[in-house]
Amino acid sequence: MTFYNRMKLEFINKSENESFARVAVASFVSQIDPTIEELIEIKTALSEAVTNSIIHAYDKNEEGIIDIYCTINDYTVEMIIEDHGIGIEDIDQAREPLFTSKPEQERSGMGFTVMETFVDEMDVQSLPGEGTKVTLKKTLNREIQ
Amino acid sequence: MRVSFETIDNILIAELDGELDHHTAKEVRDELDKTIDAFFIKHLIFDFRKVTFMDSSGIGVIIGRYNKIHDMNGRVGVANYNKYVDKIFAVSDLYSIIEKFNDTDQAIKSFSE
Repeated sequence: MTFYNRMKLEFINKSENESFARVAVASFVSQIDPTIEELIEIKTALSEAVTNSIIHAYDKNEEGIIDIYCTINDYTVEMIIEDHGIGIEDIDQAREPLFTSKPEQERSGMGFTVMETFVDEMDVQSLPGEGTKVTLKKTLNREIQ
Repeated sequence: MRVSFETIDNILIAELDGELDHHTAKEVRDELDKTIDAFFIKHLIFDFRKVTFMDSSGIGVIIGRYNKIHDMNGRVGVANYNKYVDKIFAVSDLYSIIEKFNDTDQAIKSFSE
């Protein structure tokens, strides 16, 4: 038997929504009974992607939308974190450990590296002026019943 | 996130309580800087025992305070962190500048020598 479910979450670029997004996605993913370890890994990777969009996508005083599409297929969780902001000029550079365009805000430049550490697959699509879409995929470590 | 402070001689122990993300990082930073500046602090120990979540925003907070303490020839340590926090510290190469301890007693002992 296969399990399938999906949801969409939309919120504006306020940093208060970082913890909201983590809790909402964790609650949704709980349907397939992840271990505490897997749930923390999912929350951490998601938090990095959402934080990136909140910090970088939109001007400080501009209200912007961030979408999360979450799909569960058996024991694989796919999260797409999408914004419609400025986009990333050079994705390879942005993905390098310690690279940050906001050192004055004490950003460590470790966001993408942490995402890669905690999920199985990461894909980054971005177009300057159109936005950024980060796809994170993680398969829970158990047999399908 | 709440931060409680304790000082032992010239060592400041900052106990973080709650979730450390981009949203909470700013207030944590302000609290830490205010306290470091107000007391005659040389060394700083971060106690992670009550941290329920941390992402890479925490790295920025620690490195920022390290730069401050290091300028005054002090040392910075982290203690009581869980394995997820440890993983983020490790991939960020934080241990090349910050000292790790099992608990705050061990850190205090080391910094008192």
